[in-house]
Amino acid sequence: MTIDMILLAAFVIGAVWTMMATRLLYSVVALAFTSAILTILMFRLDSPLAAVFELSVCAGLVSAVFISTISLTKRVSPEELVVRRKERLSLFWLLPIMVILAGIALSQVHLPIDFNLPQPKNNDVRIILWNLRHLDLLGQIVILLGGAFGVVTLFKEWKNE
Amino acid sequence: MSNDMPQLFWLFSIAAALVMVVGFYCLMATLNLIRAIIGLELLTKGVTLFIILAGYVSGRSGLAQAMAITLIVIEVVIVVVAVGIVLCVFRHNKSVDVTTIRNIKG
Repeated sequence: MTIDMILLAAFVIGAVWTMMATRLLYSVVALAFTSAILTILMFRLDSPLAAVFELSVCAGLVSAVFISTISLTKRVSPEELVVRRKERLSLFWLLPIMVILAGIALSQVHLPIDFNLPQPKNNDVRIILWNLRHLDLLGQIVILLGGAFGVVTLFKEWKNE
Repeated sequence: MSNDMPQLFWLFSIAAALVMVVGFYCLMATLNLIRAIIGLELLTKGVTLFIILAGYVSGRSGLAQAMAITLIVIEVVIVVVAVGIVLCVFRHNKSVDVTTIRNIKG
């Protein structure tokens, strides 16, 4: 339980670091750190396959995409960075209010949580993904193709100009 | 871990909710489009932890993993397309600040 608490604290600290970091590059590094911590948490919650996906895709691929984007955009001057940071922190008082409101909302919802549910017949992710949830796979393929088409359309216009 | 299940469930829930609030705040407070996408990523991280936690608590971790994998795939496609749009916006406006985007005004 102690390890879980340390990991959860690191998860929240990583998220706050992502939001508070001055430079976008540090934000991306913090996001990758948060993803890595989430991977360990998922592994501890008996979800190794999703954890591998999270580590390779979210911590790896998404970080690479963000770093490429940052390198393609303009670097902001240090003076402008200070102004932007002040602007971002000017709304910081909203964060504790949002946390308190979220806590009140969560405490009002009485979820029927049963920790002793009967075990399902098939709990193997491969069987569930390929046999029971194959429509999800179809949806994933359609979304991937849609995303690829969107990116091609965006950059084709760029190339033509 | 099963002995302390209720306590751990609430601890994980609170952490996931906190990360979602931080992501939501990041979306609200920032004017930079890239940072807004990063905020969206943080929101989905909280949701992913919730899904995995729900699967662990109900004993259906296989189903939760299938849902989490679907969420991760959708998340990546959204990020890539959003980043492409941000690059196009930067090319037209020489800035990724939302206050400088004037040419899409109706």
